[in-house]
Amino acid sequence: MKKLWRTLFYCVVIGYAVLTLIPFAWSILTSMKSTPDMDKFWVPLSSLTLDNYTYIVTKFPFFRWLLNSVIVAGSVTIGNLLFNTLAGYALARIKFPGRGLLFYIVLAVMMVPGQVVMIPVYIMLANWGWINTYQGFILPFLTSSFGIFMMRQFFLALPVDLEEAALIDGLSRWGIFFRIALPLAKPALAAQTIFMFLGNWNSFMWPSLLASSDDMFTLPVGLNSFHWQYVAYWNQDLAGTMFMTIPMLIVFLIFQKWFIKGIATSGLK
Amino acid sequence: MRNRGDLATGYLFVLPVVVSLAVFLIGPIFYALYISFHHFSFLAPDHATWAGLGNYTKLFHDPRFLRALGNTSLYSLGVVPIQIAIALMLALIVDSKIKGKTFFRVVYFLPTVTSTVAVSVMFMYLFKNDGLVNLLLGKLGIPTFDWFNSLTFALPSVMGMAIWTTVGQFMVIYLAGLQDIPQELYEAAEVDGATPWQRLRFITWPMLKPTTFFILIMSIIGCFQVFDQMYVVSKGEGGPQDRTLSVVFYLYRSAFKDFDMGYASAMAFVLFLIILILTVIQRKFFQEETH
Repeated sequence: MKKLWRTLFYCVVIGYAVLTLIPFAWSILTSMKSTPDMDKFWVPLSSLTLDNYTYIVTKFPFFRWLLNSVIVAGSVTIGNLLFNTLAGYALARIKFPGRGLLFYIVLAVMMVPGQVVMIPVYIMLANWGWINTYQGFILPFLTSSFGIFMMRQFFLALPVDLEEAALIDGLSRWGIFFRIALPLAKPALAAQTIFMFLGNWNSFMWPSLLASSDDMFTLPVGLNSFHWQYVAYWNQDLAGTMFMTIPMLIVFLIFQKWFIKGIATSGLK
Repeated sequence: MRNRGDLATGYLFVLPVVVSLAVFLIGPIFYALYISFHHFSFLAPDHATWAGLGNYTKLFHDPRFLRALGNTSLYSLGVVPIQIAIALMLALIVDSKIKGKTFFRVVYFLPTVTSTVAVSVMFMYLFKNDGLVNLLLGKLGIPTFDWFNSLTFALPSVMGMAIWTTVGQFMVIYLAGLQDIPQELYEAAEVDGATPWQRLRFITWPMLKPTTFFILIMSIIGCFQVFDQMYVVSKGEGGPQDRTLSVVFYLYRSAFKDFDMGYASAMAFVLFLIILILTVIQRKFFQEETH
């Protein structure tokens, strides 16, 4: 009976792993097939080539899209780390009139889906001439109510003694924040970095609205238009898809412990 | 904790967030509310005319909106329970004493770090008429379909894809929940001679309730906002015959293709209301269950 269970266990574990890996494996394989071989199921290993990759990066501005994605996701992540952490700390530790109100506002706007403000923000950005600009991609997203909430909860859970001792020693609030609170907040900062970066890197709706010329596309927007407008063959199409996917997979594999921890903490409310 | 100059520092710390929330969130929420009560076009914002509840009532007579709402509900009804069941199952398995835990955890998590656009392209390739899926089904003698272009299977295909993409994320959250269950509970149960099934039913499942609640809310909110996959697989059209048109997708088209922004804003508030109601119902339900 026990043996049967174990076998069943491993069948499920391995079965689901195969189900997860096949789309990646099949896509990578096709992206390396030459056009005449594209529809063949079996091809000799020696016929696999990177030509599709060279073709797409020379014919289409994939590196430009990559750069745009890095600039946008990077700036948004840095802004969120800085501003959410400052605000979360103040909400947890510093007493000032209006603190309670601000916290309730943060909680309330967390419930509002982004689509509600999509139209007015778009109109505002258009009036400011910010459509198709980096500031349009970045500035509206520099803070996040969820991030603020998370940082506040994190600081509330930290013991306050250390900071009080520092206060008695005459350290200023800024000193306490940067020298004591921030180093202790590393796990929360790592978690925030990961889901802010991941969310923005993969974000599609906003950038597809805001980018009107292909030199301003981010990778997801570029890939979508590449898929529907430019590309004739699946092998090239999938080379583009893998161009976007593989760097993130590598980053994930390097930092996988942090990724998994980061996503897990997002669940601890 | 008090400090000289704390007041000023406090305000300085929250200043960026206050400005950003006011300009990009709270102001726009009220502006959106204003727009939703007007016939409002982005092309001629100065010619907006009062519509009263017109945009809202129109929604319930608009077959396309009803179709979009139906699709979204069906999508959520299918995706949410399956997603949670698979995530829980994988979490339990990966948490047990099996070989290669870390490897499997990493593998299951891979789709979560992959962009929805990339996943959509990969799945369109797998599920195309002469793609790998149909090839395998054909070999097994099962009927094949042109999945993403079929009236019957377009929506289920997108659902399957969404489940595949997000299961890893929820599995990880469940794992964190499982690790918070005190080991003594299981030891006590073992002493009392509880079977594995009883331990799952009477310890693990009740102890995971807060996690399940959180995942359920996240999953429903995510499902009701579905857009990316449907937009990509249907080339921004929502076809075949609106079968992959979601509420957010229709909102997007109404606002930025038809420029009917009053109508689209009304839709956004209805969506907000639906999400709010579902969240409140669940909160009530879970609180009653736990007390």
